[in-house]
Amino acid sequence: MAEKILLQLEGVQTHIGRYHILHGVDLSVPEGGLTVLLGRNGAGKTTTLRTVMGLWRASAGRILFDGTDIAAMATPDIARLGIAYVPEAMGIFTGLTVRENLLLATTAGRFDDARLDAVFALFPVLKTKWHDAAGGLSGGQKQMLAISRAMVEQRRLMIVDEPTKGLAPAVIEHLIGGFHTLKQSRTTILLVEQNFHMARSVGDSVAVMDDGRVVHAGTMADLAGDEALQGRLLGLSLAAHQ
Amino acid sequence: MKRDLTPWLLLPIVALAMLPLMSFSTWLTLTIAGAAMGMMLFLMASGLTLVFGLMDVMNFAHGAFITLGAYLAVTVLGRLSGWGGPDSLAWNLAALAVAVTTGAIATGAVGAVFERVIIRRVYGSHLQQILITMGGLIVAGQLVIVLWGAQPLQVAKPVLLRGSFLLGGAAIETYRLVAVVLGLLVFGIAYLVLNRTRIGLLVRAGVENREMVEALGFRIERLFVAVFVAGAALAGIGGVMWGGYQEVVTATIGDEMTVLIFIVIIIGGLGSVTGCFQAAVLVGLTTNYVGYLTPKLALGSNIALMVLVLLWRPRGLFPVAKQ
Ligand SMILES: Nc1ncnc2c1ncn2[C@@H]1O[C@H](COP(=O)(O)OP(=O)(O)OP(=O)(O)O)[C@@H](O)[C@H]1O
Ligand SMILES: [Mg+2]
Repeated sequence: MAEKILLQLEGVQTHIGRYHILHGVDLSVPEGGLTVLLGRNGAGKTTTLRTVMGLWRASAGRILFDGTDIAAMATPDIARLGIAYVPEAMGIFTGLTVRENLLLATTAGRFDDARLDAVFALFPVLKTKWHDAAGGLSGGQKQMLAISRAMVEQRRLMIVDEPTKGLAPAVIEHLIGGFHTLKQSRTTILLVEQNFHMARSVGDSVAVMDDGRVVHAGTMADLAGDEALQGRLLGLSLAAHQ
Repeated sequence: MKRDLTPWLLLPIVALAMLPLMSFSTWLTLTIAGAAMGMMLFLMASGLTLVFGLMDVMNFAHGAFITLGAYLAVTVLGRLSGWGGPDSLAWNLAALAVAVTTGAIATGAVGAVFERVIIRRVYGSHLQQILITMGGLIVAGQLVIVLWGAQPLQVAKPVLLRGSFLLGGAAIETYRLVAVVLGLLVFGIAYLVLNRTRIGLLVRAGVENREMVEALGFRIERLFVAVFVAGAALAGIGGVMWGGYQEVVTATIGDEMTVLIFIVIIIGGLGSVTGCFQAAVLVGLTTNYVGYLTPKLALGSNIALMVLVLLWRPRGLFPVAKQ
């Protein structure tokens, strides 16, 4: 594959306090595609994403974004490079309105109407709740709001941590539709997902983590077609999540 | 957006409940005195609640800003005593306005230095914050003594602001009315800044989830410096007004308010300016009513008030969601 790599982690190690969590993560995220990061609970997926965002500091290794090492940069500067982060807990400001939540995701404090219309087309409920406190939204609606934050402006990379956690199947289908739309806009996406149905339906490439390392990387098509590989890599996580 | 209005009912309920216990003119005098004290408490406390809410920083030296404000009232009003004569209310008010402005600018500047030299080094550690800001408070107290001397100083309060006028059979001190107007003005401005500007939006978001604000590309430290300086300036204004209210200023005038200020920000809900405003007025009213009915219980009544409010709403009147 000759595609360009937008985000590249090389031997990234992360300590949280005195715990050594990441033991040298190597990960490539090709530009324009959706890369799924799989792995059992506690494998280090969230820690990897947080390290990319500068919310934990890498103690070793390089994190290259479009060729620049961002491992030592501050979180706001990393975000300003065009990286949107949707954390596991979604990071919705519950005391703010839906509108205010989205407004904070714009650099200049102004909406681009065309983009806003695209958001409303995808998640109409956000329009009806526009002036309501985000704290009153359901879990699925909050997740839609969190993902929309990455859509009100063109981002280069979107990092999403387990968006389907705790959501009803119908809502998950809705989100899958959302990711397909995002993919059409050629936004590069790095998605942590334990739901293999969702992962297979949206993923182009896949990386599997275990115990603070990436233990497998390849295309989603290869993994989806190889049940023995799935069993070996994901047995644990699939058993726990389906 | 739906707003939580129940706590707002508390103020009229408390005020009206006191009416049968005293004559109307006494009630009116106490209510205005309580409101005035509440406004000054609000000025003194509002910065502290935001600093805690936004950065989780405990600043026990906040009282020093109040003390500084009070001493600036002594100095500025002393210099401008020519404006404070009995002929013109406008000049009287102008003298107070200059004192308030000087207090705001000077304490804001001191706050900026204090943030940079001390607070910035102790982010994340409450124990260090408590120790170092307590130390800062002691140093500030000594500096005040070096600059202004150890003896209590008289505030040259403009003459017409000392007087009172009759309203509904009650004697209302002019100064208290001025304090109420100023407090409402500052609350109004703070409310508009927080709810209608981008900086305000960032502050409200940051109080709830600092990390996410950073992940959206905003430098929270800059926001925090701005809030810290504004909070110090407000405490300075509060100190000027409180000094003028007390008329005699000592080096512990700010420290003496610290307990009351902590009660206010806890009742209001840490991080909430609206809650701080509510709670300040509630504490001001309670202090005055109880001080009149059973003087011995005045401070105890505020602690009892805090306990009651926390039993009703464990995180204060206007709890701020924290993540
Ligand atoms: N703040 C923390 N302090 C200490 N250890 C932590 C902290 N956060 C995570 N860990 C540990 O780091 C390891 C990796 O956690 P991480 O959250 O990255 O896993 P994950 O792959 O995202 O798991 P999950 O599927 O449960 O979300 C776990 O063993 C976890 O206990
Ligand atoms: Mg996780």
